[in-house]
Amino acid sequence: MSGPPCPATAPARASPAAGTAAEHADREQHVWGVLGRVPDPEIPVLSIVDLGIVRHVRQQADGRMCVGLTPTYSGCPATELIRTMVCAALESAGFPDAILEEVLSPPWTSDWLTAGGRAKLRAFGIAPPEEAVASPRRLWQVAAVSCPRCGSRQTERLSEFGSTPCKAHYRCRECREPFDYFKCL
Amino acid sequence: MSATAPPLAAATPQHSGRAGGSGLEAARLRCVLRLGDTSLVLGQRLGAWIGHAPALEEELALANLALDFVGQARLLLGYAGELEGAGRDEDALAFLRDAPEFLNLTLAEQPNGDFAHTIVRQWLLDNWQLEIYQALTASADTRLAAIAAKAVKETRYHHRFSSGWLIRLGDGTGESRQRVQRALDELWRFTDELFAPDEVDERASAAGIAPSLPELAPRWSTRIEQELRAATLQRPAAQPYPWHGKRGAHSEHLGHMLAEMQHLPRTYPGARW
Repeated sequence: MSGPPCPATAPARASPAAGTAAEHADREQHVWGVLGRVPDPEIPVLSIVDLGIVRHVRQQADGRMCVGLTPTYSGCPATELIRTMVCAALESAGFPDAILEEVLSPPWTSDWLTAGGRAKLRAFGIAPPEEAVASPRRLWQVAAVSCPRCGSRQTERLSEFGSTPCKAHYRCRECREPFDYFKCL
Repeated sequence: MSATAPPLAAATPQHSGRAGGSGLEAARLRCVLRLGDTSLVLGQRLGAWIGHAPALEEELALANLALDFVGQARLLLGYAGELEGAGRDEDALAFLRDAPEFLNLTLAEQPNGDFAHTIVRQWLLDNWQLEIYQALTASADTRLAAIAAKAVKETRYHHRFSSGWLIRLGDGTGESRQRVQRALDELWRFTDELFAPDEVDERASAAGIAPSLPELAPRWSTRIEQELRAATLQRPAAQPYPWHGKRGAHSEHLGHMLAEMQHLPRTYPGARW
């Protein structure tokens, strides 16, 4: 299930295939850094690494970098754009022949949002997923979502589905402000 | 609409790739097409609510559901294209096949009707998908298992939405109750197809690719029963099974829907944004 190479594939360069393990690790770490600066197009305060959708970064035996991405929701329209942005970021970082793989299993869960990502979401005005563990049972519990502005837990759900597949719409009963809630999945 | 099952060959895709070779591979391909087509057709139906839903929140909900279904269809039809091995990708399968080549459940293609019809159709199919996708997470076909594991999490949200509305409408005003009961009475005749296995289902089930439909049927029925009770609605009587959408024999509605859905890519082949 390996995806096509980045669209703007450069002619094969002399790849540094024969690097030491430490050099591999360094290069992979460098790529993680590059990906950490690729924003989620819908929620630009989050990087795709914060979102937990980068599943692996591996240097292949032939020296090409292989990046595994998983979609948040099956139909998330941002998936396509994210692929394009990742290709562009890798190309400008010197990895024009990187390979993007789509990883479906295990499926993405909101538990993979990093702690840093959760803090950024709250600062941006979006309530992060409340529970650390997404499970079918939790889905049916009334989650006490705290308002990202005033912190009150006196909030109510206005709509199960919000502006993007990953969000629901809430309102704070204390400060009266509406806000988005990043759903548990 | 014929009352007897059409011969399977009538709906066999013209392009016979490597999947045409063995019976099991043909069954695998057809199973994936049935799932993918059901998601695609339902997603297209739901998308038609955009601009017409009774309230903004419900419009967002229906649009989000539509998006999930089209996304599932993309994963499934992409896989079907690989299995078929005839060079057709998910777009070619979605936009360049005619109605008899579509293998979706007949229920999915039924018109939106009023909001009650859309909710009842959704609720019946959400419950079906909950069973099917949950079972498919253990499929011997790891690709299918991965797609199902992703989809079932979305389906739980869909079901919470549709069952919530079913109960609100059924246990609501006289008007809402009457409308949702009427929708249930009209759509019930398509439910027999959901768990009636044919030779494709049996072949796939024997190979561990797909679940055994007769084993899942009682689980579906029990939940339907419970939720109907909560909604104070009457379960319609069982009706004969003259529908064979999953064998390519459709109600008259699918062709009209496809005409609209496929118009642009067929009129301007290769059109791109």
